[in-house]
Amino acid sequence: MKIKNYVKPTSLEEAYQWNQKRSARLMGGMLWLRLGRGTIQTAIDLSGLGLEGIKETEESFYIGAMTTLRSLEQHPGLEAYTEGSVRKAVSSIVGVQFRNLATVGGSIWGRFGFSDVLTVFLALDTWVELYKGGLVPLSEFVNRKKDNDILLGLMVKKRPQHTAYQSFRNTRTDFPVLTCAVSVSAEGQGTAAVGARPGRAMTFEIPGDWKKETERLAEELAARIPTGSNMRAGAEYRSHLAKVLLGRCLEELMQKGEVRA
Amino acid sequence: MKIALILNGKNVEAEVDDGMTLYDFVRLKGCTSVKCGCETSNCGLCTVFLDDVPVLSCSVLAARAAGRRVDTLEGLQEEAEEFGAFIAGQGAEQCGFCNPGMIMNAIALFREKTDPTDEEIQEYLAGNLCRCSGYEGQMRGIRNFIAYKKEKALSGERQKDGSMGKSRETDGAQRLQGDEQAKEAGKQEGGAGI
Repeated sequence: MKIKNYVKPTSLEEAYQWNQKRSARLMGGMLWLRLGRGTIQTAIDLSGLGLEGIKETEESFYIGAMTTLRSLEQHPGLEAYTEGSVRKAVSSIVGVQFRNLATVGGSIWGRFGFSDVLTVFLALDTWVELYKGGLVPLSEFVNRKKDNDILLGLMVKKRPQHTAYQSFRNTRTDFPVLTCAVSVSAEGQGTAAVGARPGRAMTFEIPGDWKKETERLAEELAARIPTGSNMRAGAEYRSHLAKVLLGRCLEELMQKGEVRA
Repeated sequence: MKIALILNGKNVEAEVDDGMTLYDFVRLKGCTSVKCGCETSNCGLCTVFLDDVPVLSCSVLAARAAGRRVDTLEGLQEEAEEFGAFIAGQGAEQCGFCNPGMIMNAIALFREKTDPTDEEIQEYLAGNLCRCSGYEGQMRGIRNFIAYKKEKALSGERQKDGSMGKSRETDGAQRLQGDEQAKEAGKQEGGAGI
């Protein structure tokens, strides 16, 4: 990857204008960007726009797009609310030095198939905030085509819930072979997200009576998940893993007991 | 473009290409402990501290470090020498190629946690690829270093209680011997001694 010009805008409008040029690229943590081939005419550094940090209120978390994965991992509020699921999701992503650079915005905007970050946030009530596009549910954003807008941050709306996260890797710090997150609300129903299929994460509804037969539910859900093969695993193996990991998540949620409203 | 930053405690100003990485920049400034082992942001060998936070210098533009403080192993000699000597005494590594990145990472760990658990040590070691040791030696070395530091702090307290009027000359002489002592301590604390 070669960068010809570097700009560090001081306003969102300036960054947006730069980003309308086809040869320009927004820079988050730059980890994925640097692996690309070719030349970037203008790299737009978003680090001067105050987009980093996590704000917690009684109703929600607001996570700025430039917040690092390490900050996510170390945030006590997120740790408590997601019962360790966010920490668990990011803790196998390369190493501490990597996670001190990689940003939430970069992970979500990229909508990468292998993303642990995308998977865990899809299982929560997450919205993305776009500079021009406003607030959009993450479940809708994930299937949108990339455009020239700017991702400002994520909003995670709080609700009484239990959350569980599971992933499988061939070796620690490698890309995951499969990722899986499940949350269930006080009303009973919930959301499961499965990623690294190896396609990008998909969501599924968890029915209100999920506790009846968790093993059968995991099997049914797994059968609906399209999987594929790549150098890390075959489709059949991934489908088997989906059943196992969904089952483990549901089992973990069972053990957590009733959700307190 | 022109950037100004603090590198290992010194103000540095330089003209850099827009796309130059911090890794290339610190190497140009003579910090050759910083190496690039993978080209894929994985190996941790290029670790530097950016405003005290360990990052992969291969994945940061030099431009992004403007106005900030950058520390490499060259600037952390005092913190590094005791640990480095101890690890050598332990025979915790084989070829030593990953050593500068591993020491930077270990310093970051010790700054964050004075008494890390095995899981926390592994979490830090995961960001530093070693293709010789399988991390067993490094885990043992770090565990033993923590035990050695605890013991040293305890005996220091005992000595302080016993001899309040120690001369400054004695302190200096002990400091000069520190490196050798740490290495020797590393051997005694169950090191392989290869």
